[in-house]
Amino acid sequence: MRDDVTTTTEKAPLTKNAEGKITYTPTDGRLLDVENLHVEFHTDDGVARAINGVNFHLDAGESLAILGESGSGKSVTAQAIMGILDMPPAKIPDGAIKYCGHDLLTMPDDQRRWVRGAEIAMIFQDALSSLNPVFPVGWQIAEMFRQHRGMNKSDSLAQAVRLMERVAIPAAKERVKAYPHQFSGGMRQRIMIAMAIALDPAVLIADEPTTALDVTVQAQIMALLQELQQERHMGLILITHDLGVVADVADRIAVMYSGRLVETANVYDLYAKPAHPYTRGLLESIPRLDQKGQTLAAIGGLPPNLLRIPPGCAFNPRCRMAQDICRQERPELREVAPGRMSACHFAEEVINA
Amino acid sequence: MSESAVLVEGVEAQAAQGDVGEARSLGADAWRSLRKNVFFWISAVLIGILVLMAIWPSLFTSTDPTASVLAEARSRPSSSAWFGRDIQGYDIYSRVIYGARASILVGVMTTAFTVLLGGAIGTIAAYAGGWADSLISRITDIFFAVPLLLGAILFMSALSGTLTSYFGVILKVVLALSLLGWPSLARLMRSSVLQVMPNDYVQAARALGASPWRIIRSHIIPNAMGPMIVVSTINLGAYIAAEATLSFLGIGLVPPVISWGVSINDAIVGLRTTPHMLLFPSLFLSITVLAFIMLGDAIRDAFDPKTR
Amino acid sequence: MGKYIVRRLLQMIPVIIGTTFLIFYMVFAMPGDPTAGKCGERPCSAAYIAKYRAEHNLDDPLPVQYAKYVGKLAQGDLGTNQYGVPVKDDLKSRYLVTGKLALMAITVEIVIGIIAGILAGIRKGKFIDNLVLISTLFVISIPVFVIGALAQYFLGVRLGLFPVTVTQKASFYELLMPAFVLGSLSIAYVARLTRTNLVENLRADYVRTAIAKGLSRRRAVGLHALRNSMIPVVTFIGFDFGALLGGAIVTERIFNIQGIGGYIFRGIQMRDGVAVVGAVTALVIVYLFVNLLVDILYGVLDPRISHE
Repeated sequence: MRDDVTTTTEKAPLTKNAEGKITYTPTDGRLLDVENLHVEFHTDDGVARAINGVNFHLDAGESLAILGESGSGKSVTAQAIMGILDMPPAKIPDGAIKYCGHDLLTMPDDQRRWVRGAEIAMIFQDALSSLNPVFPVGWQIAEMFRQHRGMNKSDSLAQAVRLMERVAIPAAKERVKAYPHQFSGGMRQRIMIAMAIALDPAVLIADEPTTALDVTVQAQIMALLQELQQERHMGLILITHDLGVVADVADRIAVMYSGRLVETANVYDLYAKPAHPYTRGLLESIPRLDQKGQTLAAIGGLPPNLLRIPPGCAFNPRCRMAQDICRQERPELREVAPGRMSACHFAEEVINA
Repeated sequence: MSESAVLVEGVEAQAAQGDVGEARSLGADAWRSLRKNVFFWISAVLIGILVLMAIWPSLFTSTDPTASVLAEARSRPSSSAWFGRDIQGYDIYSRVIYGARASILVGVMTTAFTVLLGGAIGTIAAYAGGWADSLISRITDIFFAVPLLLGAILFMSALSGTLTSYFGVILKVVLALSLLGWPSLARLMRSSVLQVMPNDYVQAARALGASPWRIIRSHIIPNAMGPMIVVSTINLGAYIAAEATLSFLGIGLVPPVISWGVSINDAIVGLRTTPHMLLFPSLFLSITVLAFIMLGDAIRDAFDPKTR
Repeated sequence: MGKYIVRRLLQMIPVIIGTTFLIFYMVFAMPGDPTAGKCGERPCSAAYIAKYRAEHNLDDPLPVQYAKYVGKLAQGDLGTNQYGVPVKDDLKSRYLVTGKLALMAITVEIVIGIIAGILAGIRKGKFIDNLVLISTLFVISIPVFVIGALAQYFLGVRLGLFPVTVTQKASFYELLMPAFVLGSLSIAYVARLTRTNLVENLRADYVRTAIAKGLSRRRAVGLHALRNSMIPVVTFIGFDFGALLGGAIVTERIFNIQGIGGYIFRGIQMRDGVAVVGAVTALVIVYLFVNLLVDILYGVLDPRISHE
């Protein structure tokens, strides 16, 4: 048991419903509280520190986007919340993930398993490989009802049809017996979404849901997610590296780099006036029509090797504004304007630049 | 693959190369991990010894394998005959050493034929495409449909009156096994080549006007060879076992050829009373097959990035 | 699904034609004296040769020969052995015995092989995994006839646990040890294949999804991963059946089983070429049909195939 972790609220009492199943009710709409999360991977070549002290929260009805490059730790954060990390080699040495006040990391395994899928659900990037190729899609969706709620075959299948219709899959009744490979990419992603929202979860985590799709389908899927979120008052965590996708859907954005949050802000402030050189670099690297004929601005260099994160600010080797203090002292995430946090010694200069 | 797995792999790769790695070809990379594999060395040493036995049996024994001492037939291992003597009074140790030659010959020749024939046919089918590919695949299926042992028996039975000299018999066995063994390599090579062909470097070579022969030789074959090498190494062991089985049934190598299968065949009769006659040739046969399978496994692990 | 079956059946036809032609060519049409080595140690009598040529239509042009050959096959006519008895009659009583043996071997292969493979796969790197890997390596390396001889000696002669030879009635208990010996190689391959597939599927994205859905690990592995892993194993078992038939010849020899394998072995010993060829041809055709069934089963198990 971790007694050294600081808790923001007292442990919420366990309430049970009529069937004896534990119910989770958010206090003040607060669904998720990630506190000081650390995740490391023990490999043959050393310990990779994938997440180094991440704090954020998610309220009901809110969309939080977690933005970052590959290796920033954004997917690992999501997987830690879901509890689907392979525990060796992964290890969580510190931190808490509180769902409606209950710390998921200290929960007994079977209780955690009931949370998965029913309260917090996740969809993944590649729907073709994420769906089981040898079972019909209706069966896979219906599995949620059969396993979590003990429904019988025909009832659960009827629910599956209803869900498929909700996510706008044409001729759902006939296609419920079809197999994943018989659908197009966009349709498959809808099936994944149907599976995820089946039990009306309070939180939906979408890990790069549109990266593998083409642009028009992307827009449709994002619109669907938004629709479902508003309809069910879900908290949505959108994990992506694509700034274009984020602008439409997100309420707040958390930018991750090398396992830490480097900036959090609401979507308007972030796009208008970024408060961190990394965010600024990301925004500047989006190609724009009015920049035709000029060299594309890119952030030079590569993300750091997680086995050997450089001292001081992890971004300093690639930062245009790096000074000596950046190489020596790691900047803490601090409030630089109302509701905005940034981990940069020179955040104010960046905002006003 | 989950991001955590990608993280771990990327991290290990970076660490191995010290963050800024020198460029290493796939072959050099494979050799590097092969060198570290203890099973590779064990099998290499074993195979080295066996090949030596096959080429220079006199290095290992000075006894004539055809010298029969009837008075001591079926005798147990002793100081004069390390493995004892078989039913006709031959020195078993000597016959085991000399028997290596037939087995290794059959294994190596069969593998060579199947690799050349199967590899060529598979590559042509994949490269040509269209109706040629269909035709060749059909023919491959037909040969593939006949099980190895059954087909070999048919072949040997059909040719039973011909080619009775030492090399003639070995050639017959080699042909029988090759005829039935090439389809699996052809299929393998064909799918390998089909995976390699869409790659950009092949298209680039085509665009630069390289002749088909050159493209195949310099670009396609080196990159598609991998699985075929692994499988044919393991198959070498299987062919040696197959030859022994044919000889055991009396339809493979027959006296005067000295082979392990022949020795085992002779020894079965006396199993209850003189098991040593069976034991030693069986031991050498098994070790040989084991060595080739180990080698094939080691090569496969060296080429496969996932098991590193 | 129905379309898939019809398609598969149609694809089988050229294979059957091709394979029977291949066998036909190997046995009857190759250059040389077709009756060489078919009458025991002595060359065949003139009367026999004439009868042989007439019976097998050797004086007809090749296509006619082949057509008549297929016609005879379709009627179950496999030729007459050197004593004048139709091979078909010889085999009648023996199908049952060999069928029993093969069925038992397949059951053993499936049950033990798959269970061993699963245990090794889910506990990768642990003791049970290494145990399975090493024991299968040994079984693969030691040829079937050696395993059979050793089993016969230690379990039969020494320990008396099982009968050393199999009598005419070929009871279930008598066939137990031979079935294990026959299936041993296949068990090893099936175990390894199951293990490899399971390990690969355990890392698959859809297993991650299953866990994310809140399913128990047992269900994610035991249902989702396993179902996908079994598909290549089923195909392998079908293909392996051919090796099983070949191995049956060896096993029946060692344990003196009066099945088709024993018949073939005796035919080889007696140099009764027609008997050997007839019986082997029968086995090959059985194998082709079993393979067709397995192909269809594969289509049932993997929906991606039947929808092509």
